[in-house]
Amino acid sequence: MVVMKMRFPFEKRVKLAQGLWILSWCATIAGATTFTLGCILKTELRRRAEVMDNSDIHIVPNTLIIVGLASLAINYFASKICQDALDAGRFPRWKNFLKPYFAVSCFFTVLMLLAVIMSYAMKGSLESSLKIGLRNGIRFYKDTDTPGRCFQKQNIDRMQMEFQCCGNNDFRDWFEVQWISNRYLNFNCKEVKDRIKSNVDGRYLVDGVPFSCCNPSSPRPCLQHQLTNNSAHYNYDYQAEELNIYLRGCREALVNYFMGLMNTISAGVLSIFLLQGSVLVSLRFLQTAMEALDGNENSEIETEGYLLEKGVKETVMEYLDPVLKFFLLKNQVQEGMAEEGASTASPP
Amino acid sequence: MAVLKVKFTKTRRDKLAQVLWILNWISVVTGVLLFCLGLFLKVEINKREELMAGRDVQYVPNMLIAVGLLACAINFLGGKICYDCVDTNKFLRWKLIILPYIICTFFFTFCVLVGAVMCYSMHGELEEALNVGLSDALKFYKDTDTPGRCFLKRTVDMLQIHFQCCGNSGYKDWFQIQWISNRYLDMSQKEVVDRLRSNVEGKYLMDGVPFSCCNVNSPRPCIQQQINNNSAHFNYEHQTEELNLWMRGCRQALLEYYTHIMQSIGLTVLILSVLTGVRYLQTALENVLRQGDPDSESDGWLLENSLMETARTNLNIIKSLVGRTTPVNHKAPPTPSSEER
Repeated sequence: MVVMKMRFPFEKRVKLAQGLWILSWCATIAGATTFTLGCILKTELRRRAEVMDNSDIHIVPNTLIIVGLASLAINYFASKICQDALDAGRFPRWKNFLKPYFAVSCFFTVLMLLAVIMSYAMKGSLESSLKIGLRNGIRFYKDTDTPGRCFQKQNIDRMQMEFQCCGNNDFRDWFEVQWISNRYLNFNCKEVKDRIKSNVDGRYLVDGVPFSCCNPSSPRPCLQHQLTNNSAHYNYDYQAEELNIYLRGCREALVNYFMGLMNTISAGVLSIFLLQGSVLVSLRFLQTAMEALDGNENSEIETEGYLLEKGVKETVMEYLDPVLKFFLLKNQVQEGMAEEGASTASPP
Repeated sequence: MAVLKVKFTKTRRDKLAQVLWILNWISVVTGVLLFCLGLFLKVEINKREELMAGRDVQYVPNMLIAVGLLACAINFLGGKICYDCVDTNKFLRWKLIILPYIICTFFFTFCVLVGAVMCYSMHGELEEALNVGLSDALKFYKDTDTPGRCFLKRTVDMLQIHFQCCGNSGYKDWFQIQWISNRYLDMSQKEVVDRLRSNVEGKYLMDGVPFSCCNVNSPRPCIQQQINNNSAHFNYEHQTEELNLWMRGCRQALLEYYTHIMQSIGLTVLILSVLTGVRYLQTALENVLRQGDPDSESDGWLLENSLMETARTNLNIIKSLVGRTTPVNHKAPPTPSSEER
């Protein structure tokens, strides 16, 4: 059963070809935009690579980059096909090319939609990656003289200032790690010794935070040390104090930032997906309408165009059959070779 | 004697007209760029107006905005003239306009050059404005509960973080002012009282800086209090320590920033080359009209006579114009004397 049949007089075919030519160039620009958006997202993720445990989230920008590049090629060919569709004599040369072209185009267009879905689905993965990454980042904050970690302190400080956040979940995360290097601790000092002896791990823990946690919006000069000790500071109550240091954790801040970025990109990619889809649908109509002219001397007759010659299920099977046959044949060849090997190995 | 005389064939005249047409359009874009630059500079100056004492600095962005718009108009007209100059017949309609156009453009270009010079000469004025403005801002840093100064602390902190600077001339500026409000000082504490009594003005001065002075590149946690006291911190020497705080003063940082923006205005000199070319095109085409043959070779020059003669001619024209406009004082008839009566 034919899906979405439409009649196309000569003028309508010409209009469709011309309109589609413009649309395909718009989609080419959209493809370049998708590629650019993918690059932007990848760059942003790489900038924060030091506070991420794994790079699973990179599948989203990688997909966008691949889809963007594929879209450029797909739409370039679409514009060439449209140009040749205006001349009935030049169109038949595309006949054998169009079936694989549509298969590849549909695959990449679906991949574009998958990229959008993945950007929402990967939130959990991003969050867990940031959780572990930030925890390690805070733990290695003090190691400014350890190769490979020299810039960890600088990165964390810059991040906390840029994203107006403090710690992993909140500022209390700094109380659980030793963030001051032993190099800057005076071990002759009784207070330092007592503090180190007061916990099993022998770490110098303080209820203080780095300067980058300080909130510039606070009306009072920043308090960084003895944050939980009200009597150490005049006119201060740490439970009620909301402006002294940033209260939001960096994991939350970064997740919000990346999700905001990905949501914006997804909205753009979704509209590009619709544009790409309309190019493919229109091109399919044009192809079927032009194929109806085969063997006809009069190229100005009215023809019929459709989306699918058979039902959706049959069409999918038609495309999958050669692929399945190819893999089946490959398996049979491998099995045959294995049997031959076994028979030669066993003695008569 | 003509100044800088050049021979122009028909092809060369057409080439000159085409190149000038392109140059005019480039200058239109330059005009738009100048306008945008002026707006950007105005916004940037307004953003930091709390840190500037005088408002004399505003004339530079205002002039840039005006010059940008004028450049667009003048070069758009210039483009039209050059486009029509390829055809000798079309040139006739511009014949009367072209000389006043060149004079206007000359004055305009002169204004642009004055503007460019002003951008460089403004350096001292800007420095003075920033010096006074930043001194006041630092002085009022603590007044977070005073209306009109509530956000000054935040502004100064953000400035120091963004421009990676500390104080006005350097971090030591913070040692000379009280930057902690009395509201957060425990007056019952001996150390606070002693510190207040230790100077004539009764200010709470200390060798400390706000957190925004801390340098992110420092390998050690930031030392903000007792900066001059080496024994107060382990493994620390304030004379050699260069990474703990930002060493550069905010006046220098802001001055460099604004100077950098204003130096981008050298683009405007491009308009001068357009002006010179238009003058050559005008004189070459006028000589073609005199000869009567549109395809003939003609001379083009910057000035028909020498510099002195041109100046003298122009002065005579101005004198004759002035003479024509001033009313003639007719002598009043003599009043009859008493004897005649």
